[in-house]
Amino acid sequence: MSIDMEQFKATFIEESLEGLDIMESVLLEMQPGAADAEEVDNIFRAAHSIKGGSATFGFSDISNFTHVVETLLDQIRAGEREVTQEAIDLFLKSVDCIRDMLAGAQEGFEINLDQVAEVKAGLDRMLGSVAQAAAEAGPEAQDDATAASGWQIVFKPFPDMLRSGNDVVRLFRELDEMGEMKVEVDLEGLPALVDMEPEEACLSWTLALHGEIGREQIDEVFEWVDGDCELSIVPLGGDGVVAAEIPASETPAPEAAADGPAQAASPAPLQAAPEAGERRSSGDRRQGERRKNRASSENSSIRVGIDKVDALINLVGELVITQSMLGQLGEDFSMDKVERLKDGLAELERNTRELQENVMSIRMLPISFAFNRFPRMVHDLCGKLGKKIELKMSGEQTELDKTVMEKIGDPLVHLVRNAVDHGIETPEARLQAGKPETGTVHLNAYHQGGNILIEISDDGAGLNRERILAKAIERGLTSGGDNLSDAEVFDFLFQPGFSTAEVVSDVSGRGVGMDVVKRNITALGGAIDVESRPGNGSTFTIRLPLTLAILDGQLVRVGEQTFIIPLVSIIESLQVEPVRVNAIAGSAELYKLRDDYLPIIRLYDAFGLKPDSTNLEDGLLVVVEGHGQQAGLLVDDLLAQQQVVIKSLETNFKKVGGISGATILGDGTVALIVDIGGIIELSQNGGHKRANSAAA
Amino acid sequence: MDVAEQIASGLAGTGEVDGSQFLTFLLAGEEYGVDILRVQEIKGWNAVTPIPNTPDYIRGVINLRGTIVPIIDLRRRFGLEPVEYGPMTVVIVLKVMREDKSRVMGIVVDAVSDVYNVQDESLKPAPDFGSVVNVDFVEGLATVNETMVIILDIDHLLNSGELAVMDHAVGHE
Repeated sequence: MSIDMEQFKATFIEESLEGLDIMESVLLEMQPGAADAEEVDNIFRAAHSIKGGSATFGFSDISNFTHVVETLLDQIRAGEREVTQEAIDLFLKSVDCIRDMLAGAQEGFEINLDQVAEVKAGLDRMLGSVAQAAAEAGPEAQDDATAASGWQIVFKPFPDMLRSGNDVVRLFRELDEMGEMKVEVDLEGLPALVDMEPEEACLSWTLALHGEIGREQIDEVFEWVDGDCELSIVPLGGDGVVAAEIPASETPAPEAAADGPAQAASPAPLQAAPEAGERRSSGDRRQGERRKNRASSENSSIRVGIDKVDALINLVGELVITQSMLGQLGEDFSMDKVERLKDGLAELERNTRELQENVMSIRMLPISFAFNRFPRMVHDLCGKLGKKIELKMSGEQTELDKTVMEKIGDPLVHLVRNAVDHGIETPEARLQAGKPETGTVHLNAYHQGGNILIEISDDGAGLNRERILAKAIERGLTSGGDNLSDAEVFDFLFQPGFSTAEVVSDVSGRGVGMDVVKRNITALGGAIDVESRPGNGSTFTIRLPLTLAILDGQLVRVGEQTFIIPLVSIIESLQVEPVRVNAIAGSAELYKLRDDYLPIIRLYDAFGLKPDSTNLEDGLLVVVEGHGQQAGLLVDDLLAQQQVVIKSLETNFKKVGGISGATILGDGTVALIVDIGGIIELSQNGGHKRANSAAA
Repeated sequence: MDVAEQIASGLAGTGEVDGSQFLTFLLAGEEYGVDILRVQEIKGWNAVTPIPNTPDYIRGVINLRGTIVPIIDLRRRFGLEPVEYGPMTVVIVLKVMREDKSRVMGIVVDAVSDVYNVQDESLKPAPDFGSVVNVDFVEGLATVNETMVIILDIDHLLNSGELAVMDHAVGHE
């Protein structure tokens, strides 16, 4: 075949990773000793397709490894083996190994095979033990499958089997190599020559294959047409008569032997076909539900539901119609058609807005993509820390922009790990405190306004206010402390270098890299809050904008330039009353707003522009909050409020202090978006002086 | 871009076109050239949105069909006397490579001049003026019709030097 395999390889790896996700999540739900047949089937299917795919692409390491896993799973599926905790752990390790190997295959580097070998040895050991047990118990099951002196195969391809690249001749040639073969063709399905489609399979065959051939060998030959044909494989008696009926995709059932040759061919395909169909549809569904979110590949592709694409196509169609309608109207326009023009423009606006919303929704993914790594993580951490924790998740279907999702992954891991590590107490401590032995970590996500809120709560010991405060005083972050609110005290956790190493002793005191968590969230335009009650646990709430692409903005004018201030950061806008202005040392201006003193930032000064007037009372003060600080921005005028599409300055330029991005206004000109946190910082560091020196 | 270059160089090897093609423009009476394959478009001067706290040779940004493109005044960049922009003033929009990424930037020049073929071997390195003149941005000197054309290394001009200068301007405290 001269097809470029690389493109299929990428798809294979992606699908295999999805398969591994499915395996992992099912394994985590599985209870030892009570394996649900459906669950085992799910894992088996995933392992099976990984094995098949990796063999095709020449990843023999993966296929050999997966083969062992599959064999073990097959025994469980056939009820020959109990599901033990040991087996589940081993399977989970296998999932990790396969994932590593896939990553190795994808990036083209050699991975460390020691761990793989170790896990494989474990799997082999387990296989060995069951083989022994089976041998002791009586080997009838296996014998049925191999001892037959030959097989009768009824092979009836579905019409479109050939289109998927399968070649009947190749199949038969392979079978022929195994032993003596007799083939009978059934011409019944053959249409008249005029009706014949050259690409459709219309023949069916009955094959008699004689020799000491294992059932698996035949299955292997037909592996690739599984689901594309009706297939029944039945052992032949010694005299060439069909001895028993064995459904294609089930393990040999002893009682089937008693049914005799009467129903030999017919029931089997019926059983096989619907199952194959169901298998595919359930696979599709799962693929839809669990798309893999890999942090490493930020520019990777996203899969979009066909309904979303259809909706887009519909909208584009409507847009084209509206456009042509307006075009016609413009051909010979007169004033009496103004009403129709207005209608048309309103229609256009509606279409555009809907189109915008729909395009945005393509980037939206359910937050389960970020959540689905946690069951495994908590499971592993529990084992390591000797804790008992139940992870509850709700609101997994809440949708979030893909970019936001990718960036929120690591902070979430951090917070969940902290909750497990420092939040939840050991089982003994919990029992002593009169709580249930098993702790709970709850992940919750929901929409509120234009934001998405993610809560990570635990029912552990809660934060220790005194310890945090003591540490903060020791580090000189605060002088005293009785009148600090809880929120203010907990906020110290997010200070850089506020390490738990010294804080944690007998109770939890989080802070491992919490400053990084906060910085990441702030960079996304979000915020994080902490609530905690001693003895009852703590809750971290992350508030994030739904998307990074659109922002509600307030247009302001400074001199001749228009700037955009994000509406979310504006608290209020007011006219300056000169009596309320105070100056420290003649330069740093403060404005007394109710009980607070706000620093005044003259935007023209910070940006080195020429304003209408340098008099405070001629301008307007926009009170904003960013990075937890408030300030008053002096602007010349307030203009409209509108939604703006954020464009990056960094694509073709670089990051500019005090500016978070740019947007294009209705008249096609560019306006810059003010970065509130940045501008406060800039003014604190004497940004305007720097600006002056740069301009000089 | 790479493909285009290959095609172009393939053409250059087989057809009448020999060497590389350069778009030349005028700047204070001198003729400068840039690789024509890097030129995205040539447009007239329009108002830009200034970016605060950047050196004055960065005029600002424009909206080029939905993309924000920074505009550099080459006169000011080279420390020449600025002039009023007139009807001949044009913006040459260039694709600039930096490591593996490409960026789009515009340069303001006095006027566009011509397109020349310059054979690679006739490209002379710029003489070293020591510290008097910085010739880092000059890829070479070509002679076309008895006049000198200064071929610019735009990747160097609009990238490392650019950002280094700007980082310096914004970064020093």
